Amino acid sequence: MIKFFLMVNKQGQTRLSKYYEHVEINKRTVLETEVIKSCLSRSSEQCSFIEYKDFKLIYRQYAALFIVVGVNDTENEMAVYEFIHNFVEVLDEYFSRVIMFNLDKVHIILDEMLLNGCIVETNRARILAPLLILDKMSES
Amino acid sequence: MPAPIRLRELIRTIRTARTQAEEREMIQKECAAIRSSFREEDNTYRCRNVAKLLYMHMLGYPAHFGQLECLKLIASQKFTDKRIGYLGAMLLLDERQDVHLLMTNCIKNDLNHSTQFVQGLALCTLGCMGSSEMCRDLAGEVEKLLKTSNSYLRKKAALCAVHVIRKVPELMEMFLPATKNLLNEKNHGVLHTSVVLLTEMCERSPDMLAHFRKNEKLVPQLVRILKNLIMSGYSPEHDVSGISDPFLQVRILRLLRILGRNDDDSSEAMNDILAQVATNTETSKNVGNAILYETVLTIMDIKSESGLRVLAINILGRFLLNNDKNIRYVALTSLLKTVQTDHNAVQRHRSTIVDCLKDLDVSIKRRAMELSFALVNGNNIRGMMKELLYFLDSCEPEFKADCASGIFLAAEKYAPSKRWHIDTIMRVLTTAGSYVRDDAVPNLIQLITNSVEMHAYTVQRLYKAILGDYSQQPLVQVAAWCIGEYGDLLVSGQCEEEEPIQVTEDEVLDILESILISNMSTSVTRGYALTAIMKLSTRFSCTVNRIKKVVSIYGSSIDVELQQRAVEYNALFKKYDHMRSALLERMPVMEKVTTNGPSEIVQTNGETEPAPLETKPPPSGPQPTSQANDLLDLLGGNDITPVIPTVPTSKPASAGGELLDLLGDITLTGAPAAAPTPASVPQISQPPFLLDGLSSQPLFNDITPGIPSITAYSKNGLKIEFTFERSNTNPSVTVITIQASNSTELDMTDFVFQAAVPKTFQLQLLSPSSSVVPAFNTGTITQVIKVLNPQKQQLRMRIKLTYNHKGSAMQDLAEVNNFPPQSWQ
Repeated sequence: MIKFFLMVNKQGQTRLSKYYEHVEINKRTVLETEVIKSCLSRSSEQCSFIEYKDFKLIYRQYAALFIVVGVNDTENEMAVYEFIHNFVEVLDEYFSRVIMFNLDKVHIILDEMLLNGCIVETNRARILAPLLILDKMSES
Repeated sequence: MPAPIRLRELIRTIRTARTQAEEREMIQKECAAIRSSFREEDNTYRCRNVAKLLYMHMLGYPAHFGQLECLKLIASQKFTDKRIGYLGAMLLLDERQDVHLLMTNCIKNDLNHSTQFVQGLALCTLGCMGSSEMCRDLAGEVEKLLKTSNSYLRKKAALCAVHVIRKVPELMEMFLPATKNLLNEKNHGVLHTSVVLLTEMCERSPDMLAHFRKNEKLVPQLVRILKNLIMSGYSPEHDVSGISDPFLQVRILRLLRILGRNDDDSSEAMNDILAQVATNTETSKNVGNAILYETVLTIMDIKSESGLRVLAINILGRFLLNNDKNIRYVALTSLLKTVQTDHNAVQRHRSTIVDCLKDLDVSIKRRAMELSFALVNGNNIRGMMKELLYFLDSCEPEFKADCASGIFLAAEKYAPSKRWHIDTIMRVLTTAGSYVRDDAVPNLIQLITNSVEMHAYTVQRLYKAILGDYSQQPLVQVAAWCIGEYGDLLVSGQCEEEEPIQVTEDEVLDILESILISNMSTSVTRGYALTAIMKLSTRFSCTVNRIKKVVSIYGSSIDVELQQRAVEYNALFKKYDHMRSALLERMPVMEKVTTNGPSEIVQTNGETEPAPLETKPPPSGPQPTSQANDLLDLLGGNDITPVIPTVPTSKPASAGGELLDLLGDITLTGAPAAAPTPASVPQISQPPFLLDGLSSQPLFNDITPGIPSITAYSKNGLKIEFTFERSNTNPSVTVITIQASNSTELDMTDFVFQAAVPKTFQLQLLSPSSSVVPAFNTGTITQVIKVLNPQKQQLRMRIKLTYNHKGSAMQDLAEVNNFPPQSWQ
C-alpha cells in the first residue's frame, strides 16, 4: 500500500503532501527533506526506485517538479510508476496551466484516485466528473 | 474586519518569502488573522480560512486550532464547505485526537445523503482515518452502499470496507454476501476496488481464502475478466500506451497469486492465462513490463508447471538485458526471490548479473551483489571471486562491510584449496581492511590455525603486508597474532610455497614495537601486539632481553588493558619463568566452529560449542555500559573478573539479557555461547575447565560434606542462603547453590541475581530455576554459582539483586564476606 505521496520542487520545497499512515508532524519535515535529498542527488541515468528505511521510494521528474511516492514492500513498483504518470496526465487535463495555486483542487483529485493507500480510479473522465460539477456549483 | 485573503494569495505571498524567518512571520500573521476570524464564528469565510490552514499545516506549522472548525464545516449544508471540512478532517485529525469521534454522527448522516458526491466524501474520509469505534458503528452503512447500483459509490465503499476490515477484522464476515456480485460489474473502477477488497479478505483469513477458492469459483471469474482485457480491442477509456487498463490487470494477477499459492487446482486453472499474458504483452513500454513483472512474480509463487517457470525466468533474463535501469532493478529483485527455488535456471544468467556489478546505480549494484553471493557455488567460485574482489576494490564504502563478510563466507564454503583461501582473505584484508567486521578476526585466526601446512606461507605474507602499512586494524591484528604464533617459522625462512624472505628477529620485533607505538593502532591491536611479543620470547633465542625490556616498559602504560598484560607477563618472567615455555606453547588446532555470517546473504548456523578459551582475543571494542562500571567499580576498579553466564539450551531470555547488559564486555547474543574471556595468563594451563562444566551438570559426585551454609543477604523480607559443595578432584572449585525466599505477603517477580568477585577468582553463573519468588516462603528460586579459586584466597563477593515487588522496581547491592573457611581453603 502507498504510504505517502509528495510533490516537491527542485529547491526542495514541498508543494503537496499526503500521508496514508500517521506520521508525527515534526517527523514529516525530516522525512521530506531526507527523501528529497536522495531523489535530487540521482542523475537521470539512475533507477527510479530507491530503498529508504523500510519503504521503497518511487519518483519521477517532470521539469522542475518531482513526484515521490513511498510504498511498502508489497506493491509493484512499475505499476506505481505508471500511476504517477496517470496522475500527472489528469492534472494536465484539468489545470491547463500552473497548478499550484489551487492546492485544494489537487487534493480532491488525489482523493478521487487514491483512497487509503490503494488506487481507486484511473479513468480521467470519471475522476474529473465530480470536480467539474463542483466548479459549476460554485460558479452558479 | 476585511475579508480574509484567498488561498491563492496566501500561496503567492509565501512564495515570495526569501528566508525561513520571513516565511514564519507571514504565516504567524496569517494564523492570527485566521484565529480571530474563527472566534467571530463567521460562516461565509470559514471555508477559505480552513483551506489556508491546511496549506500551512502542509508546510509544517501547527494547525490544531482548526480541528473544530473542520467539524463545523462538515456539519454545514453547502457542498463546498463539506468538501473542505472533510479534507481538513483527513489531514488534521486522526485516531489519536478525541475530536474525531464527534464526526461519527456527521458521517453517518452524510452516508445516507441524497447526493452521491456527499456520500462519496463521507466514504472517503471514513476510509482514510476511521478509528475502530467509528468503523464498528458505521460498518452497516458501508455494507449497504456496497450493494447499490451506483458505481461511483460502490467503488468507494469497497475501499472503505477494506479499511474497516483492517481496523476491525471481526467484521469481515459482514461483507461477505456483498462480494458475490462485485465481479459482475462492467465498471472498471468497481472491478479494481473489488479485487482489492477480495485480496484483503484473502490475505487476512485463510478460511476466507478457502471459501473463495471452492465456493465462489473466483479463479474462473478472474481469468475471464483478464482474458477480456487482453483480447478486447482498443478501448479509449482505459487505454494506457496501447494496453487496456494495466492497473486492473496487475491487481488481478496479484489476487491470482494469492489464490494459487499452495493450491494445485487453482494453479492449474491459471496456467493458460498466465502463459497468454506472458507471451502477448508488448514489452516496448514500461506499462507492458509492469504487467510482465507481476506475471513473473505470480508464476514463481504458485504451483506452476515447469515450462511456465522457465518462461518466467527467461522474461527476467530479457529484463536484465534491457537498457532501462528500472527494469533491470526489478529483474534483479525478482531473481533474488527465486534463486532459492530455481537455482539452475538463474545460473544461466550469471554473467549478466555479474556485469550489473559494474553499473553506476547504487540500488542495482546492491541487488547484483546479493544475487552474486547467492549464486556462488563450487564450480564458479574462482571466476566469481575474481569479479567480487574487483567489485570490493571499487565499490562505495557502504557496501564494503557486507561484501567482505559475504566473500569470507563464500570462501569458507567453497574454497578449492587452502592456499587460495588464504590468498583471498589476504586480498580482502589489504583492500578493505578497515571495513571488515569485528567477528571476522577470530574466525580468520581459527582458519589459519587449522591449515597447519600453510603456517609458514601465511605468516610470511602477513609480515610483508604490514611491513609497509599498519593502519588497517583487522589486518594488523591477524598479522600480529600470526607473527606471535609462528615467528620462528618466519625467521628460519622455511616457506615452501613462495620465495622465503630473510628476516631477523630484530626486524620482527621492530615491526611489533612500531605497531605498539603507532597512533593509528587501537588498544585492541596493541593488546595483540604485546601478547605476540611475549609469545616470541619462547620462540626467539637471541632477543629475550629486548622482549623483557619492552614488556616492562608497558607495565606503566596508561591503558589499563596493556598495563595488566605487561605486569602479568613481567611476573611471568620473574617468578614463574619455569612455566613460561609451557604457557606460551603453540596453540592447538581448534575445533571447527560454525560461525554467524551476515544473515541476509546465507542461511546461518547458530554458534555451537565455543572455541576453547584464547589468551588474547579482543574484547569487542569500547563498550562498558554505565551499569557494568558501577558493579565493577564497587569491587575496587582493576581487580574484577566479569561473570560468564553459561546457557543450557532452554533458558529464559530476559534473565540472561540483563546479566549480559550489566557486565558489558561479553560478545553474546540471544543464543549465546560462552565468549572467550580476557583471562589472565595463568589460566591457560587449564583451558577447558569451564567448558567441561557446560556439558556435564554442575554437582560433583564426590562432594566434601559438612560445609556450613550461610545467609548471604536478608533484608525487606528477601532472604538469600548460600550452600557449598567442594570436589575432591578439583579443590579450587567451589560450587555455591543460592536459594532465594520471600517472607512478605506479595510475590517478587522478575527476580535477577548477579554477582561479581575479585580478580583472583573466576565465577560462573548458571541459569536460575525461575524468576518469581513466591510469597510467604512457599517456594524458592535456586541458582548455581561455580567459583574457581586457584590461589585459595579468602572468598568475597558482591551481589546485586533486582526484582519487582508491590508494583515497584527494587534494586539492592550487598557484599558477602561471611564465607566459611572450609569453602575456600
